[in-house]
Amino acid sequence: MLKKIIFQILALSLIFTYSVQSAESGGMPQLNPEFWISQIFWLVLTFGLLFIILSKFILPKISNNLETRKSQILENIETADKQREETEKKVKEFDKIINDTKVEAKNFFNSERQKVLDDINNKKLSLEKDIEKEIIKAEEEIDQLKKTSQEKVTKIAIETSSDLVKQLIGEDINKSSLSAIVEDLSKKEMEKHNGI
Amino acid sequence: MAANPMYQFNVYRIGPEIKINNIDISFTNASLFMVISSLAILIIFNLGTKRSIIPNKIQLLAELSYSFISKMISDTAGSKAKPYFSFIFSLFMFVLFCNMFGMIPYSFTVTSHIIVTFVLAAFIFIGVTIIGFIKHGLGYLKLFVPSGVPMVLLPLIVVIEIISYLSRPISLSVRLFANMMAGHTMMKVFGGFVVSLGIVGGWLPLGFSVALTGLEILVAFLQAYVFAILTCIYLNDALNLHH
Repeated sequence: MLKKIIFQILALSLIFTYSVQSAESGGMPQLNPEFWISQIFWLVLTFGLLFIILSKFILPKISNNLETRKSQILENIETADKQREETEKKVKEFDKIINDTKVEAKNFFNSERQKVLDDINNKKLSLEKDIEKEIIKAEEEIDQLKKTSQEKVTKIAIETSSDLVKQLIGEDINKSSLSAIVEDLSKKEMEKHNGI
Repeated sequence: MAANPMYQFNVYRIGPEIKINNIDISFTNASLFMVISSLAILIIFNLGTKRSIIPNKIQLLAELSYSFISKMISDTAGSKAKPYFSFIFSLFMFVLFCNMFGMIPYSFTVTSHIIVTFVLAAFIFIGVTIIGFIKHGLGYLKLFVPSGVPMVLLPLIVVIEIISYLSRPISLSVRLFANMMAGHTMMKVFGGFVVSLGIVGGWLPLGFSVALTGLEILVAFLQAYVFAILTCIYLNDALNLHH
């Protein structure tokens, strides 16, 4: 329905415009040769001038601009690459320095530790030696003391026993036989004392 | 105002009549729009030649169109066509600006006249033929003898090739002229519908008119592009003889 109305309106308007147009003289102005020469002349003139000015003055400038921009961009990229490489090198150097310092610090620490340990060991050893010496000395002293005390005890025993015998019997007894008896007794006592 | 859709193509004299040796070369509305288009191209592209690393808008436009046409030429005609760059650039810009100025209401479309497009096409045709003969001598005639064609068919093919070669300026000029004329006539006709149907029925042709304007702007660009790219193809035939 709507289509039909639109179509009718279009057809009607076509008739209207056609009648209006047919009132005037038709034809294509393009085929009227009156101004052909003028158009050709002006076309050659304007287009020729346009071509000459563009090719001589404007286009070289534009292409030059493009070239310089391209080369500048390339240059910038190159310098950026160079700088990046340099930075990487620097970073590597920095890392190396840090590593070296770490190793040095470790070494230093280790050597110092070793020194301290050695010192401690040495001191310990010398101390132990001293202690052993002291112990040996003390043991010797003890031994000597033991021996001397026994002798003294036997001497005292002999003297007291001889004194006792003198007082009891009133006469001197052979000292050697007395000492033999005392020694025999003390030996027995010692054996008993030492648990043998 | 005349309702005749062909009225817009009328050429009329502006200013005094100029005659040299009885030949009329008066300044007309067609001449006016040629001058306006050329000046517009020169102004825009001259503004685009500033030397700055980061381009402004006009410079970007100029540089983009430069690289666009440069790429078009190297794609279709190869690197040998570089010396003809500025000619093809001017040609494309001239046709494009004439087409686009024709889209302004009540203006005049230079390229809607067969004589203008024919002069351009004939110039291209003659130039390309001369370039072909300079580059290849009489060997350029091999263009009409495609390789790999059976001997029986050869006379026929040669005739067809010659006709197609000779019809190049006509097809090139008529394509542009007919496109521009048809588009502008159609817009005028639809504009006439809007007036004659009035406020009741005029809306539909008005919508058409708006849509057609968009289409015509596309056609204006496309025809300029086609004109330039066909020139490149003809130039390619003349520079790189493949047959």
